[in-house]
Amino acid sequence: MSWYTIDTWIVIVGVLCAISCALPGCYLLLRQMSMMGDAISHAVLPGLAIAFMVTGSRSSIGMFIGAAVVGVLTAVFTQWISSWGKVDRGASMGIVFTTLFALGLLLIVQAADHVDLDPGCVLYGAIEMTPLDVFTSFTVAGVAIDIPRAAIVLLGVLLLNLIIILAFFKELKIAAFDPELATSLGINAQWMHYLLMTLVAITTVAAFEAVGSIIVIAMLIVPAAIAYLLTDRLWVMLVISAVFAALSAVLGHVSAIGLPHLFGMESTTTSGMMAVVLGVFFIIVWLVSPRQGLLRRQIFGKTVASKEDLMHE
Amino acid sequence: MQANLENRPIATHEASYPLAIHDLTVAYSRKPVIWDIDLDIPEGKLVGVIGPNGAGKSTLLKACLDLVPKASGDVRIYGQIYRKNRNLVGYVPQRESVDWDFPISALDVVTMGLYGNIGWLKPVRSQHKAIALDALDRVGVAQLADRQISQLSGGQQQRVFIARALAQQAQLYFMDEPFAAVDAATERAVVELLQDLRNQGKTCVVVHHDLSTVTQYFDWVILLNMRVVAAGPTQTVFTQENLHKTYGGKLTLLVEASEALKNLGK
Repeated sequence: MSWYTIDTWIVIVGVLCAISCALPGCYLLLRQMSMMGDAISHAVLPGLAIAFMVTGSRSSIGMFIGAAVVGVLTAVFTQWISSWGKVDRGASMGIVFTTLFALGLLLIVQAADHVDLDPGCVLYGAIEMTPLDVFTSFTVAGVAIDIPRAAIVLLGVLLLNLIIILAFFKELKIAAFDPELATSLGINAQWMHYLLMTLVAITTVAAFEAVGSIIVIAMLIVPAAIAYLLTDRLWVMLVISAVFAALSAVLGHVSAIGLPHLFGMESTTTSGMMAVVLGVFFIIVWLVSPRQGLLRRQIFGKTVASKEDLMHE
Repeated sequence: MQANLENRPIATHEASYPLAIHDLTVAYSRKPVIWDIDLDIPEGKLVGVIGPNGAGKSTLLKACLDLVPKASGDVRIYGQIYRKNRNLVGYVPQRESVDWDFPISALDVVTMGLYGNIGWLKPVRSQHKAIALDALDRVGVAQLADRQISQLSGGQQQRVFIARALAQQAQLYFMDEPFAAVDAATERAVVELLQDLRNQGKTCVVVHHDLSTVTQYFDWVILLNMRVVAAGPTQTVFTQENLHKTYGGKLTLLVEASEALKNLGK
């Protein structure tokens, strides 16, 4: 296994992408709306396709905004259909995102002659290609450094997510835990919902090129699920999810270029391997987690109530 | 129409009531849940909201808190619409309405009662935590402040919810079934707390299920079954006849059951 500068950039893009996704993912998981990430990540496709066809480039701000708007609209439409159409939330989500995704696919296939966006890349991204799209270059101590556009975009999104989550920490927390109390206190839970959906949409669009619309779901949900098993404090959960996200990117890429060679095969896709690594992490944590791990439950029984608690009853 | 009602001049008598409800109707998907509610709740009372399942008790509370849209009518809190006087109001939702596996401590939950006062974008400070801890102490579970909330018993969880409302330092409290599925010790502690609040001139509107304890706990009752069947001081309103009107045929069964349970307890 040989390591080039491009591998370093792939790992950096992977780490930024995975952490950006993990942070809003924690809130999706806690609000028991993990599949909203799925819905939004698929529904941004027509936004991307239309903006792509109009501007003819993948790097436009317009494309970014267009897709993010469609992502937020997914949340809005889902809300409307479930409240007006008397359809349950899951079903209305299914109606909205499949329709939008299909529309996006149709547009891409129709435009296939003019644009280089292929349906395969839509599903699992092309993180290996991201270092080739250079945003800016400079030379430090005689070494030329080419910063990929994807790294800049994902860094921006990561900072945005961090700033919003830190600034609205208590508002996002109360809206997730007890939306009615939040609204009664003047912290409109519906607005906080759309704020979160906007973050998810922006993050998904930024992550789209690197990991596509399927693998991004793993990035949103699995680190959050792992962290949920390991802690009972929200801020610790955010930190742990970010750590596992970053680990998955590093190990994912190393495994993608290293593992297959052990069996005499060609390197495989990094985004796919990142998701597999996350899955393996989850299984390990699920087995050994001190809080709700399988092993602990086998040994100590389900929940151990202390004597002091029983006295209190 | 709604806007007109909000600007409606306040009748002088209304400003003196903690809660004045006028012509209130709420409907879900065109089906009315509560119909033409008119109520003036006097200050410093423990008010029980009584009625069968589906009578609209929780909906009445939520309409007072602006959590569900009103089809008509309005609600005044100390003479003002809810939005203007929300800092005078404390709310205890049903315990099952939240996810108790959420990764937060009991103290975190109580501190949430202060988020409205703390204000947007401002962090929780140590003086807020002190208020929250004091509230936990008042309901007798200060020693559990750092526990994750799934590790609390049902009664302890309910105490944490009550503590959160206390931390709101309100004048008017809405509580949705605070006695549902709690142990006897918690029920006693909560009742004593409600009486303390009442003695400080605060008003508590409490959705309640157990008919056998109504006369013992509440100064005032609202008998609700989509409409207000009767409302007023417990001695005058909590009569066999009114209960029959509220519960219909199901009443005798309920009374017999609760009497039987009471005798069992002795």
